[in-house]
Amino acid sequence: MSQLIYPLRGGVHPPENKQQSLQSPLRRLAIPGELVFPLAQHIGAPAKAVVEIGDRVLAGQMIAEPNGPFSAAIHASTSGTVSAIEARPIPHASGLWGDCIVVAADGKDESIDFVGCENPFKIDHESLIEKIRHAGIAGMGGAGFPSAVKLNPPPNNNIDTLIINGTECEPYITADDVLMQERSEDIIRGCTLLAHILNGPDRILIGVEDNKPKAIAALEQSLLKLAAEDLPGIDRVQVVSFPTKYPSGGEKQLIQILTGKEVPSGGLPAHIGIVVQNVGTTVAIWEAIKHGKPLIERITTVVGESLKEQGNAIVKLGSPSQFVLEQFGFQEKSCARLIAGGPMMGFSLPDSRAPIVKTSNCLLVPSHQEMPDPAPAQACIRCGHCAEACPAGLLPQQLYWYAQAKEHDRLLAHNLMDCIECGACSFVCPSSIPLVQYYRASKGEIRQAEIEKEKSDRSRQRFEFRQKRIERAEAEKEAKRLARKKAAEAAKAKAAANAGAAKTAPAADPVAAAMARVQAQQSDPAEQLAKLERAVNNARNRLNSAEEKWQQAEGDQKAKLESRFKQAQLRLQDAESKLHDFKQQSAGQNPAPSNPTSASPTTPLNIDSDDPIERAKAKAQQRLSMSPLEKAENNLSSLNDRLKKAQEKASEADDDKRAAMEAAVEKLKQKKTSLEKEIDELKAQAPLKENTATAETPVDPNSIDDPIERAKAKAMQRLNMSPAEKLQNSLQALQTRLAKAEEKAASADEDRRPAMQAAVEKLQEKIKTVEQEITEFKAQEEPAKPAESANESSGIPLDAASAAIEKAKAKAAAQAQMSDSEKHAAQVESLQQRIQKAQQRLDKATEEGNDNVDAFRLGLEKLQAKLKELESE
Amino acid sequence: MDISSLHPLVLALLVLGGLALVFGAILGFAAVRYKIEGNPIVDQIDNLLPQTQCGQCGHPGCRPYAEGIANGEEINKCPPGGQDTINSIADLLGVDAPELDAEHGTESELSTVAYIREDECIGCTKCIQACPMDAILGAAKQMHTVIADECTGCDLCVEPCPVDCIEMREVEVTMQNWKWQLPSPLAAVNSDIIASDRQTPQETKQEDTAA
Ligand code: SF4
Ligand code: SF4
Ligand code: SF4
Ligand code: SF4
Repeated sequence: MSQLIYPLRGGVHPPENKQQSLQSPLRRLAIPGELVFPLAQHIGAPAKAVVEIGDRVLAGQMIAEPNGPFSAAIHASTSGTVSAIEARPIPHASGLWGDCIVVAADGKDESIDFVGCENPFKIDHESLIEKIRHAGIAGMGGAGFPSAVKLNPPPNNNIDTLIINGTECEPYITADDVLMQERSEDIIRGCTLLAHILNGPDRILIGVEDNKPKAIAALEQSLLKLAAEDLPGIDRVQVVSFPTKYPSGGEKQLIQILTGKEVPSGGLPAHIGIVVQNVGTTVAIWEAIKHGKPLIERITTVVGESLKEQGNAIVKLGSPSQFVLEQFGFQEKSCARLIAGGPMMGFSLPDSRAPIVKTSNCLLVPSHQEMPDPAPAQACIRCGHCAEACPAGLLPQQLYWYAQAKEHDRLLAHNLMDCIECGACSFVCPSSIPLVQYYRASKGEIRQAEIEKEKSDRSRQRFEFRQKRIERAEAEKEAKRLARKKAAEAAKAKAAANAGAAKTAPAADPVAAAMARVQAQQSDPAEQLAKLERAVNNARNRLNSAEEKWQQAEGDQKAKLESRFKQAQLRLQDAESKLHDFKQQSAGQNPAPSNPTSASPTTPLNIDSDDPIERAKAKAQQRLSMSPLEKAENNLSSLNDRLKKAQEKASEADDDKRAAMEAAVEKLKQKKTSLEKEIDELKAQAPLKENTATAETPVDPNSIDDPIERAKAKAMQRLNMSPAEKLQNSLQALQTRLAKAEEKAASADEDRRPAMQAAVEKLQEKIKTVEQEITEFKAQEEPAKPAESANESSGIPLDAASAAIEKAKAKAAAQAQMSDSEKHAAQVESLQQRIQKAQQRLDKATEEGNDNVDAFRLGLEKLQAKLKELESE
Repeated sequence: MDISSLHPLVLALLVLGGLALVFGAILGFAAVRYKIEGNPIVDQIDNLLPQTQCGQCGHPGCRPYAEGIANGEEINKCPPGGQDTINSIADLLGVDAPELDAEHGTESELSTVAYIREDECIGCTKCIQACPMDAILGAAKQMHTVIADECTGCDLCVEPCPVDCIEMREVEVTMQNWKWQLPSPLAAVNSDIIASDRQTPQETKQEDTAA
């Protein structure tokens, strides 16, 4: 039965140059000292390394597993030790380096026990596919398509023809020719196995060009011999030879020659019921399944005039090209270039260290005469030869124009994607135009554009989504704001009604007004109080944990943790002051309801009062029960203690710290005097206040219980307390904090100093504003008592702080100059610039009252810390 | 009344008027039924813009610029898109393609992505707020990082960083995004040309002698 041959459209007849490598017999190459296994030897996802540096591996051991279904495993081809997993030159047109597993061979070539199987035809489809994938078999004809994928076509494609590709149309290459001569029986067995995997297609065709008579003869002989054996489907196997023409070995071209069918544009052969496998792959699959031997070596043609001998060799995968060439007497000087693959579809290798991989069918090292540099490209003369030569029926000349103009739409309309990059058009072009290069580049561009399009679509989505999210957040905020406004209005209205009711009462006093105000501000005091207390607790916990960590930490970490610690401190203070304010407010509010003048409208508040409020009351009461005088005296004594301590420290401290210490002592003394003054003032006022307090308390006939009553009284007292006094109170608190901070700053070691100073500075600013308020107030109330001392004390520390910063900066600058290495100095300088910039930003933010001030300050501190670190190196 | 008794002119008027009403109704229905949402030309232009959202065109994003173009604005203000984008918009609108307006920036050959030097980041989240792509991952006081795949290289996050720890890096060429370059028509010798196995001078000579 003879198979009908359909002629190939187009095609060319380049010089075959196949004799050179067929002169010497197939040989087996030695094992190189080092083998390199690229993780990406196939189309699809690169394999995943499963060995580590230092592992001993044996021949046939899997060193990288398939990463997903569209991938293939990689096996060590000899025994040795994994010496590196790193980027190495790989055989790829880009010349890029890729990740490789490097094995230092030990020369013993020990291998794992290959576990074969008696009758592969009894194994089911799935396990066969899995075995093939784990044997790491990928198309050995050049493309490297994972065979397991190809042999597992979608179930709706009924495969009726299996084609084994022994065409090898590319000039110079004879690897498959030799394989077919040497292993013809395995090919026949292999293709029956493939047929079994594919569910027994009607036809199994082995296509061979008629320029390989020996191969054809060998195959036919084996076919006859094996017919006696019990191989399922062997009766359907045919060896088909057809006239030599380039590129009949292209998958689609071969299908056309053997079946007359054309693979649809953009489709796969499986879509028309055909699967094509290379002869090399067929043998590899047979070996993998029958003998359990993974793909660890292949036949490669080593050819070219710059070799002493040319021929085919069984090469261990991973052998460096340089090593392989040397075995054939490579004369590097006469070599024009190193080409992986054939002269038509191969590519230049920029680096001869690139290893032999699964797809390396040929290494071509032509001499300068053999393959001179191509002639310069000339203008297209529109001869049309290219269109005649194109096996895919394209219009290369049109494609060339569009490629130059980058008209992707037209390129696609002219089916650029069906170009198989065979190079036939370039070969015939009388103007020596490198046409294929244009197509390859254009294909790349189009793919890139598609990826970019996809990315930009995704970007648009993300952007629009973000836009929507921001809008929604805004809307929510707006709604909340509106709701708050409404609530406030409602409360105001209520308060107005209350005030109206209160007016009818005989003594409508400022207390009622204050109460109304407070009520309007707060919808649910209990809740707020609880919240604030929670905040304080949280902040305190955080502070504690931060401090702990900070104390445990060392070096780099310390600076980082310190800023965190400081932040936690700030937050705690913030939370505490908020809670404090709130308590003051609620203390002011609570007595109001039972005030005789407005008792009836506000009684519900008292009935509603639950636990937190009671607690707050108790607390407020405790605090309030301490008279301002007592408080001041307390402060004074603690101040005295601190002063003593500070003086002690100052005397102990060494020289450079002493200045700071003494400044701290000085400040403490000042504060002491001012505190003493205050105490005097308070003492003068005290009797007056007690009078008012006692005068007010008995007025309350509706008292509910004792503590409330007292709290009310105290609140009254507070209300009567002049704003100036209140300010004084807060000033005191601030000053205490300042003193503490200053103390810390003074005792801090060098690298923590800036952070401390920043904190001190902040406190000082606050004090200054409070003091200003006080002076203003005092100026209004008592022009006779100018608060000069306050003003003075605020001026001095502020200057000191800025002076300290200046000093630190000068020091930093000096240190930077001192450093020897220039690189180091440059680093320091750039850091300083960045510090300056950060400083400017910080200043600006502080000026604007930006709420990111903290962030900026943190950034600045961090930079400064880094600078210090650098300088200390 | 017998229709045929009408004056032919009146009859003609009636028939034409009736037809006009019928077609009017159909068209009116079609206009409502197959109404096109949005402004199709804006969508088309927006499709051509690179969606970098960098604002170099002077608009707060690519779509606003697409709207601007639809309203008659110049089409050469998008530097990230470059000449290719200008050309395709010109194609779409049927106008001549102008050069890129240098006032808005220059087209860069290499695409870039933002990179945060993570040990310097203080976690201020300012870059997150600036990024139009939500391509930065992080939280307050935590280290931040850029999702390189989502970053369009718009540059907007570099400026707000208080510690200057964001830099723009070139996208590396990998096996996945590498592509062949178009041969330069000016290069006399292109060393990457394949199909170079044409007859050598030597062979030609041999053939000559054989002949
Ligand atoms: S073979 Fe070369 S010169 Fe002739 S039409 Fe094609 S591209 Fe132009
Ligand atoms: S390279 Fe492409 S265009 Fe040129 S002949 Fe081959 S298939 Fe046709
Ligand atoms: S990470 Fe920076 S450069 Fe990248 S998209 Fe966001 S803002 Fe632009
Ligand atoms: S702006 Fe800079 S410091 Fe702030 S979170 Fe972003 S990268 Fe970090």
